[in-house]
Amino acid sequence: MRIAVASGKGGTGKTTIATGLALALEDRPVLFLDCDVEAPNAHLILRPELIWRQQVDRPVPVVNQTRCTGCGHCAEICRYHAIAVMSGKVLVFPELCHGCGSCVANCPEAALSEYGRPLGVLEAGSTKTGITFARGVLEIGELSASPIIRQLKKWAVRTELFPHALSPEAVEIRDAPPGTSCPVVETLRGADFALLVSEPTPFGLHDLRLIVELVHEMNLPAGVIINRDMANDGALERFCVEANLPVLMRIPLERDIGQALAAGQPLTAVRPAYGMALRNLFEHIQLLEARGIRT
Amino acid sequence: MKQVVVLSGKGGTGKTSLVAAFAHLAAANHVPDAPSASQIRLVLVDADVDASNLELVLQPRQLEAHDFVAGELAVVDPELCSGCGVCETVCRFDAISIPSAPGPAYARVDEFACEGCAACLYACPQQAIHMQPQLVGQWFRSVTPYGPLFHAALRPGAENSGKLVTLVKQMARFLALDNSYPLVLVDGPPGIGCPAISAAAGADMVLIVTEPSVAGLHDFERAWGVAHHFGIPVAAVINKADICPQGTQQIERFCHEKKIPLLGIIPFDVAVTHAMSSGRPVTAVGGPAARAMCTVWDAFLQRLGNLE
Ligand code: SF4
Ligand code: SF4
Ligand code: SF4
Ligand code: SF4
Repeated sequence: MRIAVASGKGGTGKTTIATGLALALEDRPVLFLDCDVEAPNAHLILRPELIWRQQVDRPVPVVNQTRCTGCGHCAEICRYHAIAVMSGKVLVFPELCHGCGSCVANCPEAALSEYGRPLGVLEAGSTKTGITFARGVLEIGELSASPIIRQLKKWAVRTELFPHALSPEAVEIRDAPPGTSCPVVETLRGADFALLVSEPTPFGLHDLRLIVELVHEMNLPAGVIINRDMANDGALERFCVEANLPVLMRIPLERDIGQALAAGQPLTAVRPAYGMALRNLFEHIQLLEARGIRT
Repeated sequence: MKQVVVLSGKGGTGKTSLVAAFAHLAAANHVPDAPSASQIRLVLVDADVDASNLELVLQPRQLEAHDFVAGELAVVDPELCSGCGVCETVCRFDAISIPSAPGPAYARVDEFACEGCAACLYACPQQAIHMQPQLVGQWFRSVTPYGPLFHAALRPGAENSGKLVTLVKQMARFLALDNSYPLVLVDGPPGIGCPAISAAAGADMVLIVTEPSVAGLHDFERAWGVAHHFGIPVAAVINKADICPQGTQQIERFCHEKKIPLLGIIPFDVAVTHAMSSGRPVTAVGGPAARAMCTVWDAFLQRLGNLE
């Protein structure tokens, strides 16, 4: 079972829910993936000992000037203007390159080869309570989060890292980045269920609509957690009913919860009752997923 | 003309609330029970193109809407495709494959994974693939009670958010230059990747709104790292500062170490959420957070004046 915890808006409490769920499901083999590679934070709560490390590279072309005739074919091929030919000389703009390999494969003189340009790192290890934890970290100044997430998903499910990868009991929890653009899509790809965290404000609702549109297009079953719940106009609830989205849990807006979470405590430690609530939530998700409920 | 981009690293620290308050104050409105603010004409940009929330607070009237077409998607012609699988081998994004379905086999593109690189097109022996430009969103020119606003809506799941950010910023810049607005204020996206870097590019100053949680501090350091990497001056604001006083001290220490001017601290105040929910900047409502934002605004203008 692969659950992606997402929310259109940032700061709604994704990481709180994702880490809380991981801790609540301790009797199962749990793999936690921090897919928010631009702002990875889950390690601050789960405190894993990170012992595995792997660099993520993007293959970028480099030209062999003695072979290159300056024909310009590579520049015509590249869809991202990442390679240009000026007065017979090839210029590569590594930040723009997507590493697709087209220019290399199609250079008539075989003048191009590739080197690995570091985009970030993957790190993994386990927590004191036996959760396998893996995260990706985007290098400062690099643009592309998606390739790191793509690598992270493949890297962490190898049995060396996560010995229970093949067990039917295994649960993979993905903490998604905020928003609805490509890094979120990469996190949701291949997940079985999208757990959407929202809050009852116009911002929360606006951004929930967007992420619901996305999970709908991706044909993923989904449910909602209402975080920082308080007296409100009921618009969020009405939307969930209309969109046929089950509201799976509510967490009230309480100052002491907020304070404890800010200090890096997990939800299940601040309010142990949420441990049970999250286990029930997981069972509910299993039912929804088994029934193939689509929103 | 100066361009200032508000970033945070972590989402949900209160960027948009602060930008809305700044917009309100800049138009010479003042907070109940506080001295009046210094006026300045500004152009606003919402660069959080996949969760654009500024419009919810500023209630803009839309003047123009434009389609935004960027990037391409591979499309396979099933009539021409022989199912040879060459495309699947060359695609580095796991975006094209030959599913084993009954009937003649042909390649299918996963439109969520395709990056539009066209490697498959060049490799296909049957010329069965062509590239189709993608409508990935829209951008808008609007007016708010406090000044013009450029904003956009990226289609959920779409790529090229960085390009859309660059576009709305450019439009705002042109308007500001043509009409001698002294300030372009950009509400940036969360994170430190492609959209955040596109938002920060060319800025005269990055204002980081952080909060005193372990996560907030961690992401503040990364957001500062990005601005520093590109050589852009940084100033900081701590929001919800009283939620975790030790956290606030840690951030203050970090600012001191890195010589980041701290423009002020804002207390946690439910009035912020309430104001937002009723579609108003918090400075129109009042309260401790609103008064603090007023002080931050003055410090901000002073900092801006010293930028030269
Ligand atoms: S396609 Fe090859 S030979 Fe032609 S300009 Fe590019 S690198 Fe040089
Ligand atoms: S690898 Fe692809 S993206 Fe990079 S320069 Fe070559 S064609 Fe362009
Ligand atoms: S390479 Fe061309 S012919 Fe071969 S499977 Fe792909 S689309 Fe079809
Ligand atoms: S255009 Fe590029 S990413 Fe898309 S299917 Fe073809 S090879 Fe893959």
